[in-house]
Amino acid sequence: MKTHTASLASTRRDFLKSAGSASVMALTIGFEWAVSSRRAAGMAAAPASGALFSPNAFLRIGSDNSVTVIAKHVEMGQGAYTGIATVVAEELDADWANVRVESAPADAKRYANLVFGTLQGTGGSSAMANSWTQLREAGAKARAMLLAAAAKDWHVPAAELTVDKGVVHHVISKRQATYGSLVKTAATLTVPDSITLKDPKDFTLIGRKPPRVDVAAKTDGTAQFTLDVVFPGMLVALLKRPPLFGATVKSFDASAAGAVPGVVKVVQVPRGIAVIAKSFWAAKQGRDALQIEWDESQAEKRSSAALMDEYRQLAERPALPARKEGDAAKAIRDAAHKVSASYEFPYLAHAPMEPLDAVVKLGAGSCEIWAGDQFQTIDQANAARAAGLEPQQVSIHTLYAGGSFGRRANFGSDYIVEAVSIAKAFGADGTPIKLQWTREDDIHGGLYRPMYFHKLEAGLNQQGQLTGWRHVIVGQSIMAGGMFAAMIKDGIDPTSVEGAANIAYDIPNIAVDLSTAKTGVPVLWWRVVGSSHTVFAVEAFIDEVAHAAGADAFTFRRKLLEHHPRLKAVLELAADKAGWSSGPMAAGKGRGIAVAEAFNTYVAQVAEVSVGEGGSIKVDRVVCAVDCGIAINPDIIAAQMEGGIGFGLGAVRYGAITLKDGRIEQGNFNNYRVLRMNEMPKVEVHIMPSNEAPTGVGEPGVAPIGPAVANAVFAATGKRVRVLPFPDGARA
Amino acid sequence: MPTSFTLNGKPAVLDADPSMPLLWALREVAGLPGTKFGCGMAMCGACTVHLDGQAIRSCVMALSQVAGREVITIEGLQSKQAKAVQAAWIELQVPQCGYCQSGQVMSATALLEKNSAPTDADIDAAMSGNICRCATYSRIRAAIHTAAQSIKA
Repeated sequence: MKTHTASLASTRRDFLKSAGSASVMALTIGFEWAVSSRRAAGMAAAPASGALFSPNAFLRIGSDNSVTVIAKHVEMGQGAYTGIATVVAEELDADWANVRVESAPADAKRYANLVFGTLQGTGGSSAMANSWTQLREAGAKARAMLLAAAAKDWHVPAAELTVDKGVVHHVISKRQATYGSLVKTAATLTVPDSITLKDPKDFTLIGRKPPRVDVAAKTDGTAQFTLDVVFPGMLVALLKRPPLFGATVKSFDASAAGAVPGVVKVVQVPRGIAVIAKSFWAAKQGRDALQIEWDESQAEKRSSAALMDEYRQLAERPALPARKEGDAAKAIRDAAHKVSASYEFPYLAHAPMEPLDAVVKLGAGSCEIWAGDQFQTIDQANAARAAGLEPQQVSIHTLYAGGSFGRRANFGSDYIVEAVSIAKAFGADGTPIKLQWTREDDIHGGLYRPMYFHKLEAGLNQQGQLTGWRHVIVGQSIMAGGMFAAMIKDGIDPTSVEGAANIAYDIPNIAVDLSTAKTGVPVLWWRVVGSSHTVFAVEAFIDEVAHAAGADAFTFRRKLLEHHPRLKAVLELAADKAGWSSGPMAAGKGRGIAVAEAFNTYVAQVAEVSVGEGGSIKVDRVVCAVDCGIAINPDIIAAQMEGGIGFGLGAVRYGAITLKDGRIEQGNFNNYRVLRMNEMPKVEVHIMPSNEAPTGVGEPGVAPIGPAVANAVFAATGKRVRVLPFPDGARA
Repeated sequence: MPTSFTLNGKPAVLDADPSMPLLWALREVAGLPGTKFGCGMAMCGACTVHLDGQAIRSCVMALSQVAGREVITIEGLQSKQAKAVQAAWIELQVPQCGYCQSGQVMSATALLEKNSAPTDADIDAAMSGNICRCATYSRIRAAIHTAAQSIKA
């Protein structure tokens, strides 16, 4: 199997190889891309050929039988490249061993995320959902053209032809031809206007487990990340940013930095002072030697503890309605039993393993960018603005991203704009410059998952039925001030309330209110966005309510989900596979359950914990049930659930970014703790069979794990966890 | 001042600041980009290489400290344990984003080179210094067991 290394070197090699042989004759569905990409990469344009054809932009088949799928989404671990290639290859009936993936350039016309509208980018677990029909059609139309080519060459009806792994057969005449041998003829044919897609029962790749296209290169160290981009004469830049959000440079002395061997230049840019050097180490030493006086007069100087105090007070004041049905206040007032609780959530950093980085080559009239880019056309526009160019003068080469969890998709394109502004300040002379963030830059760098305070109240009648539900959420808006601010309707940022306002439980009186706070701390979506906190609050509180009603946590939820068959089904599946009906666990152990819908995917998880000496908690086992529609690749779905569980578990146990007088108190993995090997539970994933269109799996698995574990801790200890992260990370 | 050592089985002389961390000397001077930068303070393991057969964090080891010693990076893995680890990584489809995996493979290989049948506790002890933000830990654990089995077989 060929593997994709998103490397300039390999692209060049492949190109030169193909240019040097007869295989330049290719059925290029997306010829425009091929030209612009090569040109963008500084290479000679492909030889013009009348045989090339471009009905769509997602596929190229070579005379060497290679099938190149063009991915409009970044591969950041979630398996998008493999999923995308699987869908195309399925309808194309390609040989998986011949399939490779290349990243698309920034071009909203051809490569928009159809969920986002006219923007190209990856997020909201939407890669497969928005690509599904588009890519099936791309593959199916190409297949039809290749069949038509064989029919034409052999003078037989296309209906008599079959395809098996990229080989067209005419059984009657015992003839066969590989796709590669047909591209010359196929390229002369007209793209069909419409196409019949496969019946799902005929799928041979979808629902199976074709190996990931990126795993081999990610096992032997050859996968190319932005960190690994090298050009002759390339310089490395590190940027010293303000110690407080909102502070600016008052003055600086670069003499000591400039004296460090290897330092080439020190420049001021809007976000700080950059040291540009011949190596990372020189740039790092130079940055350490910078003397900067900061103007902190406009900076955020509050502590996170003070902000949380303010949030608690805001929760008692009138807020804006995100959902209102019946009269929740009255229902709770009149209830036979009342339950109330509040939950606190800290700021969280994304902390992807690859610290943010970007390589920029800025010259007169052009700007080339290499990055694990998650927001291509937004980054293109922001880079153009920073460079003083038009967006079409900016080309983006999307490389593998060493994780992101949302961080690389941000409205201001912070790391990209920094790199461009540094290249501009350096002289915009075409010198390639790599901006490298350190881990401390990452942890201090803002764009955190916002801090939130949640207050919940519920009322139960004499029969233990839930009659009223009131939920107040206090926290910063992610969308405010950004390009998606128009999504804020009547003061409600949907990302602040998703997972809470759309609570699925059948409750006659519901009020969900939002109070949006303002701070100087920049915030951003973080894996599973609003559901990273709302689902914890809802699922921990419904557990408290069930307990108050004297009901079983599973059966209480199930009764309230009669109108939500897909949620109810995953809840039942998880409970069944976890052995929920076997009753309470032995002393010192506990089982907890939680369920969530996020990005149209339904997930339920049952966590089992045991309590050790001094109250230390170990999560032993997690059973996860997921309904994401048609399972394109069950192994990747399982991997995303496993990883989402580990990611979410680390966050609820340890994750917290705190401010002391405006300064971030964490700096690296020593004090921004994440989950490690010895803390990873056994995870079992069960995928619900489905004929519904596929939805996403990158994020939803994160949502239920926190409350499932907190509820398990309660079952084991009788103590509720209402403030995150867990006290001491591991104790109850 | 040049530093001489054995790099992936061959003599190497790197002319760089002796205080430069081995990580950056490997990446930027020796041109071996498989070893990754994750934290710069030996907290994440992305930079793990073998020094005289031991898994070490190259981000906190000065180039001068490896003079006369033997360094193996992901590019130079040759042992049967390494091949078994990499085969198991592919078989169990371990990597997601993949950025930490060079370090994971290096730590897992060093473990199996010393302990041909590691227990889960051995794996915890050897691998807990390697962070994976994608949390591929279950598969790493399973793949180490698979690799151990395949070597024994």
